[in-house]
Amino acid sequence: MQKSLHIDPNKCTGCLQCEMACSYENYGAFNISKSRIKVFNFESAGRKVPYTCTQCAEAWCLHACPVDAIRIDAATGAKVVFENTCVGCKVCTIACPFGTINYVADSGKVQKCDLCGGQPACAEACPTGAITYVESDWTGLGKMRQWAEKTDTQPRA
Amino acid sequence: MAWNKKILRVNLSKGTCASEPLNMQWAQQYLGQRGLATKYLVAETDPKVDPLSPENKMIMTTGPLTGTMASTGGRYSVVTKGPLTGAIACSNSGGHFGAELKMAGWDMIIFEGKSPKPVYLWIENDKAELRDASHLWGTTTWHTEETIKAAHQDPQIRIASIGRAGENGVLYACVVNDLHRAAGRSGVGAVMGSKNLKAVAVRGTVGVGNIRDFKAFLQATKAAKKVLADNAVTGQGLPKFGTQVLMNVINEVGALPTRNANDVQFEGARKISAEAMHEKRPGDGKSNLVTNAACFGCTIACGRVSQVDKNHWSVVNSPKYWGATGGLEYENAWSLGAANGVDDLDALTVANMICNEDGMDPISFGATVGAIMELYQMGVLKKEQIGIESPFGSAQALIEMAHMTAEGRGFGKEIALGSARLTKKYGHPELSMSVKGQEFPAYDPRGIQGMGLTYATSNRGACHLRSYTVASEILGVPVKTDPLVTDGKADLVKAFQDATAAFDSSGTCIFTTFAWTLGDLAPQLDAACEGGWTLEKLAEVGERIWNMERQYNLAAGLTAKDDDLPKRLKTEPAKSGPAKGLVSGIDKMKPEYYKSRGWSAEGVPTKDTLARLGL
Repeated sequence: MQKSLHIDPNKCTGCLQCEMACSYENYGAFNISKSRIKVFNFESAGRKVPYTCTQCAEAWCLHACPVDAIRIDAATGAKVVFENTCVGCKVCTIACPFGTINYVADSGKVQKCDLCGGQPACAEACPTGAITYVESDWTGLGKMRQWAEKTDTQPRA
Repeated sequence: MAWNKKILRVNLSKGTCASEPLNMQWAQQYLGQRGLATKYLVAETDPKVDPLSPENKMIMTTGPLTGTMASTGGRYSVVTKGPLTGAIACSNSGGHFGAELKMAGWDMIIFEGKSPKPVYLWIENDKAELRDASHLWGTTTWHTEETIKAAHQDPQIRIASIGRAGENGVLYACVVNDLHRAAGRSGVGAVMGSKNLKAVAVRGTVGVGNIRDFKAFLQATKAAKKVLADNAVTGQGLPKFGTQVLMNVINEVGALPTRNANDVQFEGARKISAEAMHEKRPGDGKSNLVTNAACFGCTIACGRVSQVDKNHWSVVNSPKYWGATGGLEYENAWSLGAANGVDDLDALTVANMICNEDGMDPISFGATVGAIMELYQMGVLKKEQIGIESPFGSAQALIEMAHMTAEGRGFGKEIALGSARLTKKYGHPELSMSVKGQEFPAYDPRGIQGMGLTYATSNRGACHLRSYTVASEILGVPVKTDPLVTDGKADLVKAFQDATAAFDSSGTCIFTTFAWTLGDLAPQLDAACEGGWTLEKLAEVGERIWNMERQYNLAAGLTAKDDDLPKRLKTEPAKSGPAKGLVSGIDKMKPEYYKSRGWSAEGVPTKDTLARLGL
């Protein structure tokens, strides 16, 4: 069973615990500038939206990489950057339609979400359930349930 | 560790920025933020200094937990001598600015002198420089943030700035960060303005990595977050209703100061309450509240994001107020609303926006309007002087006064003085609902006796955030006490004051204390910092800070006479509610408090007390 990060922006308060957890997991420090998940604040609309790699099945970044530095983690399905192979050409950052793979000047390599090997730190740290790690085939289950609840059915006799 | 061990010293007169090591010996005695910055101020300035002169210093300071995964670990404070009170001023703010400063590698910034021309401080990690702000002078905090981010082509910069109120020397001007979070009280924004410092803009990409024991820290912060989530106030009440959850509660217990504290209950309370913010309004069918929001690292998320009806008379021609932005917290809904008898929720929201936009403390501003409305009712002030008919309950007068004060025009220049100076000027100093020149907030000391002692003895002038005994007297946290009696309140206030001083020095938010005690804070600090941070050590640090602030105020010229309440609260009994017939028992509580503190009958810490605390 494959799992995906599932994001419900309506539950996000913008606390950035996810960004701190991500940076700690990957860099050993609380450094939101290094986070692979970003929370965007749409001020005048009053909306906060966490955003990160969705792990495309046909990953543009992976196909674009000229040195095969992006590979699939068989256990999680995550598209993972192998830093030792990456040459920092940034072609993947152009290929990705969503902007979720980015160059890191400090290392001269790119970085992206790798699902933390199957235990995403962001989902673990989120206090409101805005970020969850759920079965890929059923990311819509919660939303379906909400709408199902609103369905007007007459009580049975 | 957790401290960056690095201070940025900015001499505005000379235009220099220099790095220096943090005094780690002091960090062990005063922890950080409020305590540590006050220690620096005490060590470096004359307490008798004119607050608005170049000789005063202003310190922006983080705590050891700022910028970490500790819940609410995003706080910073502005510490200086306050122009409204002539006492120590220490204003605390959330948002994201404090964490960014910490992540840039600094613990605090000490500003000294006065710049010859308007400048802003630009910090990018270890680089810091002063830049010209002539083009920003005369503009709002909102415009300033937008302009600086655009100029640096970086939307991720975090900014703390002053609006026109700070430039114009409004004595209760604040420093606003992230558009609608503020170091709100005691006029710290006026000090910033007096130094020709428009803004501090920070981009920090270094991060906070020097945690003493990361594993223990993550365990401790996780456990503490669970305490917050499981608590009814921090887990449910505050996220859903914000601090506004209190409006109907405090009105019911007869402790909502109304129309300049002439009454203790407001007939319009429900209309300006948290519940009303959730209701659909008739105009556009939408609710005032859009959503709740968190400051950096906060797992409570009490912040309000509101949007007013575009067709409301106060904004119909001002599209800049149409979007969602920071909404009403309880204190502001009270000060702009009940304190003036105004019950128009959208009008209060707009007045609050103006306060954010131009950087004014809504508590002092609103309470000053209340005093003006009473002077108007008495016929002492006339429409011709103020510029508008100003009876109690007039939302139009409230909004117009907010504009004129923010912009520094007409009668706004007098409103800018605060209620103590203004009422004195017009011959009625007894009408100022203030202590040490600072207006008291949303709890009437006749109905909540402990808050009277809290106000009277607060080191920064009347304030609820120095010992929030409402928690005990009304909400029963950590133990229920009777709000109508004075017995036991001296010890209660002392305990709250000391614990609060420790929390304010840690980098976390005081709102955690609805669920946390020092016992919950200690393991988080201890995992982050060297030095063996126990509950006992924190309590002692808190008491040390309180006495240091007291010493500063005494040296500044304040005396026991300044630890007093407005005459009205001592002589005019509450007219309704559970406290009907009661006045404040401050005269009974004060000597008990001095004794509990180990101070003389004149309110001076004894030699033994100072020696015990290592002062």
